[in-house]
Amino acid sequence: MKRSQFIRLALLAPACLAGQFSAHAAPPALPGSSVYQLKVPLLDQDAHKTRWDDAPAGPRIVSMFYSNCEFVCPMLFEAIKNVEAALPPESRHHLRVGLISLDPQRDSPAALKKTASQRSVDETRWRLYRADATDVRKLAATLGIQYRRLASGEFNHSTALILLDAQGRIVARTEKISSIDPAFINEVKKLTAGG
Amino acid sequence: MERPAPQVVPPDLRRALALVLAAGWAMCVGAAQPVYQALPPGIFKTVLPPDGKQGLASVKAFSLRVLPVTNAEFAAFTQKSPEWRPSQVPVVFADGQYLNHWPASGKPGQDQFAQPVTNVSWFAAQAYCESEGARLPTWHEWEFAAAADERRFDARADPAWRERILSWYSRKSGPLPRVGASAKNIYGVQDLHAVVWEWVHDTGALMVSGDSRNQGDPDTLQFCGAGALSANDRENYPVLMRIAMLSSLTAAGTTRNLGFRCARDLNLGKQNKGNKK
Repeated sequence: MKRSQFIRLALLAPACLAGQFSAHAAPPALPGSSVYQLKVPLLDQDAHKTRWDDAPAGPRIVSMFYSNCEFVCPMLFEAIKNVEAALPPESRHHLRVGLISLDPQRDSPAALKKTASQRSVDETRWRLYRADATDVRKLAATLGIQYRRLASGEFNHSTALILLDAQGRIVARTEKISSIDPAFINEVKKLTAGG
Repeated sequence: MERPAPQVVPPDLRRALALVLAAGWAMCVGAAQPVYQALPPGIFKTVLPPDGKQGLASVKAFSLRVLPVTNAEFAAFTQKSPEWRPSQVPVVFADGQYLNHWPASGKPGQDQFAQPVTNVSWFAAQAYCESEGARLPTWHEWEFAAAADERRFDARADPAWRERILSWYSRKSGPLPRVGASAKNIYGVQDLHAVVWEWVHDTGALMVSGDSRNQGDPDTLQFCGAGALSANDRENYPVLMRIAMLSSLTAAGTTRNLGFRCARDLNLGKQNKGNKK
């Protein structure tokens, strides 16, 4: 088993070096509906190289945003903090948050870091990510988020909070971010209870 | 050199024969080398203006596949990339209809070889294009190329042109035509209309505001930045129908009339591999 895996990796390596990153072979354990079937590299706000599919062991809320957004995006951060605030403290530390930028041109790790501190999020549990442009499109497609870049440099995008279980299955989704969505919070509570 | 006895074909030769046959078949159905056509840069009137107002979009020089990808070509891709076979593909990348027009063997029938592949998801189309060192065209690239007819770079204002395309949409759905049956447009690209719908790279950007869909509920703040854009050219029904259809699909969605072709950036002076004039 190990050996055959090694051989497979050895065979794959030249393909990767050639830049033909074929992203979709999955370990058998991952459900077909898992958003972690998508294999893409990310950079986080601390400039750490990581992977979308290198998922946390527990549930997380994911969404997409961009730092230069003046209106909905700050609300998105507040909405997630409101969800956190509704959780009992012993559940809260089971929840991770992953926000992917739609704007790889401007959202460098440093810009993401600035946003994270401006929004005073708990960076032990929150990660803000930058992906390459094509991968951003794939991530958005996987999460069902629509966006387009406008001539002004702004983005026109749909906003949703998406709750993933540890396997990357979408358990709940809400587009209500200006007020609390009780159904969504219930699902988060269920998934984080007892850990 | 002696010819082998007709009945006893040595395995080596058999393999060689199989290769020759396969190559012949591939050339026959046009699967040998995908042909890309270079298109010039341009500024044109779009139904989805990037600034939401003026209605102009610009495209850089790019190259576009002359023909949509066929069943035969897509089958060759699934041979090389088993993760894209219907039996293997995760449901997050393709719904249950994926390639379901192929027989149970998981390969297209011979009569399907030269037809455009359909029942493919956005993810599958994108992965196929990456295997050709390409990508899906952006909406603006597609729209730019598809504005042309045989004689004009932009035929869209011509009622006869619109009529011709609309007649395709109203036609009863029968078997799909072979690729390459239609005339080349002025750029040398074929089958942009009247064959299949086609995925674009930024399908997830084609948010067309309906009359009320995104505006009614103040709790549902879907869009950041300017409000959802409205399609600009309401008279251009053929193109608007295409946008409406694409924007109604998820990226894992498939339909029996939706296929794709690929595009490449054109780095002038650097490499023109695969571009034929």
